[in-house]
Amino acid sequence: MKYIDEFRSRELARKLAEGIAREADTGREYRLMEFCGGHTHAIFRYGVQELMPDNVTFVHGPGCPVCVLPIGRIDNAIGLVEAHDVILCTYGDMLRVPASGRNSLLKVKAAGGDVRMVWSTQDALKIARENPDRQVIFFAIGFETTTPPTAVAIKQAKAERLENFSVFCNHVLTPAAMQNILDSPDVRDLEKVAIDAFLGPSHVSTIIGTRPYEFFAEEYHKPVVIAGFEPLDVMQSALMLIRQINQGRAEVENEYTRVVTREGNVKAQALVAEVLELRRSFEWRGLGEVPYSALKIKSPWAEFDAETRFALPRVEAADVRGCECPRILRGVKKPTDCKLFGTVCTPENPMGSCMVSSEGACAAYWSYGRFHQARTRESAA
Amino acid sequence: MCLALPAEIIAIEGDMGKVNLGGVHKEISLALVEDVKVGDFVLVHVGYALNRVSPEEAERTLALFAEAGLGGAA
Amino acid sequence: MSRRFAQRLDLRNGTVDMTHGSGGRAMAQLIDELFVRHFDNDLLRQGNDQACFEAPAGRLVMSTDGHVISPLFFPGGDIGALAVHGTINDVAMSGARPLYLSAGFILEEGFPLAALERIVASMAEASRAAGVPVVTGDTKVVERGKGDGVFITTTGVGVVPEGVNISGDRARPGDAILVSGAIGNHGVAIMSSRENLEFDTSMESDSAALHELVAEMVTAVPGIHCLRDPTRGGLATTLNELALQSGMGMRLEEAAIPMDEEVLAACELLGLDPLYVANEGKLICICDPADADALLQVMRAHPLGERAARIGEVVEDTDGFVQMETRFGGSRVVDWLAGEQLPRIC
Repeated sequence: MKYIDEFRSRELARKLAEGIAREADTGREYRLMEFCGGHTHAIFRYGVQELMPDNVTFVHGPGCPVCVLPIGRIDNAIGLVEAHDVILCTYGDMLRVPASGRNSLLKVKAAGGDVRMVWSTQDALKIARENPDRQVIFFAIGFETTTPPTAVAIKQAKAERLENFSVFCNHVLTPAAMQNILDSPDVRDLEKVAIDAFLGPSHVSTIIGTRPYEFFAEEYHKPVVIAGFEPLDVMQSALMLIRQINQGRAEVENEYTRVVTREGNVKAQALVAEVLELRRSFEWRGLGEVPYSALKIKSPWAEFDAETRFALPRVEAADVRGCECPRILRGVKKPTDCKLFGTVCTPENPMGSCMVSSEGACAAYWSYGRFHQARTRESAA
Repeated sequence: MCLALPAEIIAIEGDMGKVNLGGVHKEISLALVEDVKVGDFVLVHVGYALNRVSPEEAERTLALFAEAGLGGAA
Repeated sequence: MSRRFAQRLDLRNGTVDMTHGSGGRAMAQLIDELFVRHFDNDLLRQGNDQACFEAPAGRLVMSTDGHVISPLFFPGGDIGALAVHGTINDVAMSGARPLYLSAGFILEEGFPLAALERIVASMAEASRAAGVPVVTGDTKVVERGKGDGVFITTTGVGVVPEGVNISGDRARPGDAILVSGAIGNHGVAIMSSRENLEFDTSMESDSAALHELVAEMVTAVPGIHCLRDPTRGGLATTLNELALQSGMGMRLEEAAIPMDEEVLAACELLGLDPLYVANEGKLICICDPADADALLQVMRAHPLGERAARIGEVVEDTDGFVQMETRFGGSRVVDWLAGEQLPRIC
């Protein structure tokens, strides 16, 4: 597969690993926060951490839109299906996330609720066209990458007069989350979470460009490298960050130049701006209320807003007692610090979103972490 | 997050296109991109093309990877 | 024995109704004009509630499977052929030669007879091609809404040759791990025909009966340690099962695992890991390393094993981890799957 296989080359991986080992100063630690869940996934799937020297570690950030969606919003989605005879269209990622009372969209589906997994908002529109006498709601989640497709769908629905179509909008913004982490007492003052640099998200950046990150580099004096999605991209980006740290620089660099530019996708940005606007505040799981961090549907398009069409209540839902997802998401705690991890909370029986999502820190840690611990135990013995 | 993959455009019809990835063909929306033509590679996410993939930049990036092993900072 | 019925079954437009399961004339007609007509063998034609046959010499093997797959028809197969292949394979994984099958049907009221006939014809074809007849069966009907069209349960019996002891707990350190061909085809074919995940691809299910391939392998190397077909949960799940049963660990090499490019591509698009995608015509073999080459030669000479490959080895490991050296040069753990793998966008 072109533009994929070449970026997974074993030969080049070896070269990069040598380069990194050479340039990483053995006298210090390099803690690189990879904000994007896709990077977490790539690191585990290809075993990238193993190719890095011991003093270079990846810290997993909250770049998993599934993980940061508060339980209350999933309860709302479930409520829509249970209370009304709607067809709820959702991306596969949301199906197993546990909401209040250990319920989930998958369980609701099993109990007879009309929950349909879709790959694209285009599929949701098709379902709306084919079922004119049913309400069809699209459960919109994701960062800036996934937002333009929602905007396009709303515009298309208006153009086609698809009156039975609406969107339950939960789109969130990356720079706001990054700022929230960097501003949190844990990071800023207490140095509880030491982050030396950021691996910027691949595909969010293809939409928003590299410009929004310049503020971080300047204000917080942390280097940022926008990293591509493939394992070689991750390694090259780590090398670029190591160089910046060594040289005392704090700039925004772009490793993913084949699809990311400074300005980003202007057409997509304009489409989003036409249909969606900032919420003054939005609750993120683990981060609490974050100002100007999420989007809602603008009033000219309100007819397609599920929140107005269905009068959704604000649900204050609490995490399962003992669940450390909030702190794990912020990088303050490790999965193994959570009492529920591996005991009550397992991939078969997830308590929180960090375990359900394949890129949640707990799910990722479940395999690799257990293995790593077993090996450590072995060599200690 | 944001699983997106480069795929080759093999057909275009208005705002929709068909892409090929490793022999698998899928219909996607081209509403978010401009000036793409058959033969271009685009990044595909949730059924939409997000951006064109630049072959020149891809080459340059691969060359950078190879350089890293030769030692010395950029 | 012939039955006379007032009218033939309307196989074109008719549907299943409660009388077809009630044990009366309607059920007898369904059995006669549909099942017996297609499965067509002496034992079945006797018309008893059981099949009586000579017990062959040797150890007997029995296996049973319930099939609840949806969609019922998919590229390269259907629930009927899948049921026949599945049970033949389960019996064959013990090294046994499959002899007979039984088939139990639970039909949902309202299910079209045309679809049922298509399934039964397909089962009959699969059974005939494999040389393993369906000699007895059962039919029940449940109310509309209480079934998914049709559920099929197949049971198979077979006989194991002398000197063959194949079992999941026999893997030993140093053993070679072989796979008979490219993985992931079945699961991807199923996904491609599910609503909202359609893509044009020539991918078909690899559903196939493996008993003849197994017979040749067992003849060449009677001392094979383990055989298992990686169905639900894919290669990764089956390897973890074997590792657990044997109390061993495993080390795999990703680059050695055969996969069709289209399967890889479809998995990439949907965010699926091909290691966890189901197969219905492949087998895993664990054997003494000295026997690996001989087995690979035999497998590759057979149409169902052309792409057979050695993909790893069994290692000493009380924790039972299945590790894999990635194509990339790193290493990862190939763990159990939690629940069905779902397509993702993140």
